[in-house]
Amino acid sequence: MTFLDYAPAPESTALLNLQPEYGLFIAGEFSPAGGESFTTISPATEKPIARIAHADAGDVDRAVAAARKAYDKTWSRLSGRDRGKYLFRIARLVQERARELAVAESLDNGKPIKESRDVDIPLVAAWFFYYAGWADKLDHAGLGANPRALGVAAQVIPWNFPLLMLAWKIAPALAAGNTVVLKPAETTPLTALLFAEIVQQADLPAGVVNIVTGAGETGRALVNHPDVNKVAFTGSTAVGREIARSTAGSGKKVTLELGGKAANIVFDDAPIDQAIEGIVNGIFFNQGHVCCAGSRLLVQESIHDDVVARLKVRLETLRVGDPLDKNTDVGAINSAEQLARIRELSDIGEAEGAERWSPACSLPDQGFWFAPTIFTNVSTSHRIAREEIFGPVLSVLSFRTPAEAVAKANNTPYGLSAGIWSDKGSRILAVADKLRAGVIWANTFNRFDPASPFGGYKESGYGREGGRHGLAAYLRGAK
Amino acid sequence: MTHIAVPKTYKLFIGGAFPRSESGRVYEVTTPRGVFLANAAQASRKDARDAVVAARAAVGGWAGATAYNRGQVLYRVAEVLEGRRTQFEDEIVRQEGVSVSAARAQVDEAIDRWVWYAGWADKFAQVAGNANPVAGPYFNLSVPEPTGVVAIVAPQDSSLLGLVSAVAPALVPGNAVVVVASERHPLSAITLAEVFATSDLPKGVVNVLTGSPAEIAPWLASHADVNALDLVGASGLEWIDLEIAAAETLKRVLPPEEGPDAAAPALARIQALTETKTVWHTKAML
Repeated sequence: MTFLDYAPAPESTALLNLQPEYGLFIAGEFSPAGGESFTTISPATEKPIARIAHADAGDVDRAVAAARKAYDKTWSRLSGRDRGKYLFRIARLVQERARELAVAESLDNGKPIKESRDVDIPLVAAWFFYYAGWADKLDHAGLGANPRALGVAAQVIPWNFPLLMLAWKIAPALAAGNTVVLKPAETTPLTALLFAEIVQQADLPAGVVNIVTGAGETGRALVNHPDVNKVAFTGSTAVGREIARSTAGSGKKVTLELGGKAANIVFDDAPIDQAIEGIVNGIFFNQGHVCCAGSRLLVQESIHDDVVARLKVRLETLRVGDPLDKNTDVGAINSAEQLARIRELSDIGEAEGAERWSPACSLPDQGFWFAPTIFTNVSTSHRIAREEIFGPVLSVLSFRTPAEAVAKANNTPYGLSAGIWSDKGSRILAVADKLRAGVIWANTFNRFDPASPFGGYKESGYGREGGRHGLAAYLRGAK
Repeated sequence: MTHIAVPKTYKLFIGGAFPRSESGRVYEVTTPRGVFLANAAQASRKDARDAVVAARAAVGGWAGATAYNRGQVLYRVAEVLEGRRTQFEDEIVRQEGVSVSAARAQVDEAIDRWVWYAGWADKFAQVAGNANPVAGPYFNLSVPEPTGVVAIVAPQDSSLLGLVSAVAPALVPGNAVVVVASERHPLSAITLAEVFATSDLPKGVVNVLTGSPAEIAPWLASHADVNALDLVGASGLEWIDLEIAAAETLKRVLPPEEGPDAAAPALARIQALTETKTVWHTKAML
């Protein structure tokens, strides 16, 4: 036993009070769906958690009608002050049930409990608090006098931060006066359904929030529904492109938060210990299932070997395993499908000549697991340097001059995020100016805050979430 | 003895030069009554691609110029435009068949609108940006940046004002522009290009194509090195197809506008062609 061996410290699932089966949440009530229900499983054990309803086109129609009715009859007639109070209630209920939500999230998603407990759920509450306060201050948002809601918002979210993405979508939409129909990801519907219970506890008027579970077809029916005024999507660039095509000419306001291949640039004068932590956080946070993950490490040549060596030492200490264990650093890959993709691209990385390394770690027999992986000797043309892997896989490249770092960082169709590590403020600001990415983290990485706009350049999508800009995405007349 | 006039050859404006269309094609520009005015260059797919290359080469320098400098250069455009106003008035009268006073009013408004936009160059970031009070020891600032290369289908029923209304807001934040001029009234566009060429606007920042928008716009809509597509003057085209083509590289698309308020001056037009960049920086714990 080394000093890093701990006794298991799993978070108890006893505080969960899950139903064996969940329906669709439409007009304030749970109801059965037209489609064949499916099972959501824990990716760490492959054990079933609950049966989930599969909404078909008719169900989507019902949900949109409920949202429309709620918009026309209730929500659009409510004062901003009252809308805000509902959102404050929701924020408080999230805080009250925070531990339960964190456990459910880690169970369904596979992410470490210390992340769902300390990052995801606190940010969910923060997001509702932040936007709650905006609801009666829209005139002061710098969007002109009396900005107005769009109507019914169709929202489709991914599986990597299930409840947090729900909060990013629902909080600003409701604050601005819209009603919503939200579709959670197929593999992570659980916390959205618990959120539906919170909506009931908050006594939110029926139909203001509707949750329809299902797969890609359900999402397609929702974004293409003719009575939808706004489409907000977070997910892959391929699906984002499809949505941009199918909504062309519809007049629907669309925001897309898509893929990324972020450069994390480490200069030779960087605070190395912090940079190592930032690199690890950048790519191994949430198993690398992060659209803004720092998946391309660009290290100045003079410190390349030192950084890689230190990184390997640090990776040896990462604890991979049970997501519900409080000591776990890296949890389970979310699905068999995603695991297959990570394996495929990693194998391609090796085949193309990059050097693969993982720390010695034993992975559980059940569930979907992938050891933290570093590729060195990566060239810019390698697929692992160009394509989003969306897993715990880091590609390491080197550079000599700041100009080369900028050129390499920008050499991607994506433009979501980037990191800069240097002790020289003037260099950080100059490089930040030249990076074509929507979020730049200097001497930090993967920070999120409801007050801070988030979103991409180029093929990482358009529109912003968070801050005043995130509010503008749900208001008429405001760009 | 009477002076025999020396008519101007209207060519394209690409990368600061005035080439003919590589296709060798021209088309006749006439008065509303069909009287021949000039042969305008009929731009091809290759011309459009050359224009995008020129715009891409120019965007870094223009975006990297100080906002004050961009404002100065844009104001200079208005000065030179004012100096050549009789030429614009004359061309508008001949192309559109309107009265001299109507043409004069159009030029007045074009100049004033250009000055209005020029003044935004060093101000809009203060209105569109944000200091963000995040919950942690971080300096956090959001600033607007230019989207990049913007392709524009200019309003088709206006010679000068429509063009100015679409091009100026794109230039303010530092975008480079490829604009397809009004097909019927292209002469003012090329004369405006002469203004650009003599106003310290770096070459390639604005590129002007004349010809058929229906022919050229699809190539711009699908071009992978174009970041945004302003369809303000595309209502007569199959513009939904253009928007669908633009989706391939997730271009930002501005929809067609019609009527007297089309492309009305607005801060929103500037912001629609910007990206918000948010920079986080750690603060030391003292």
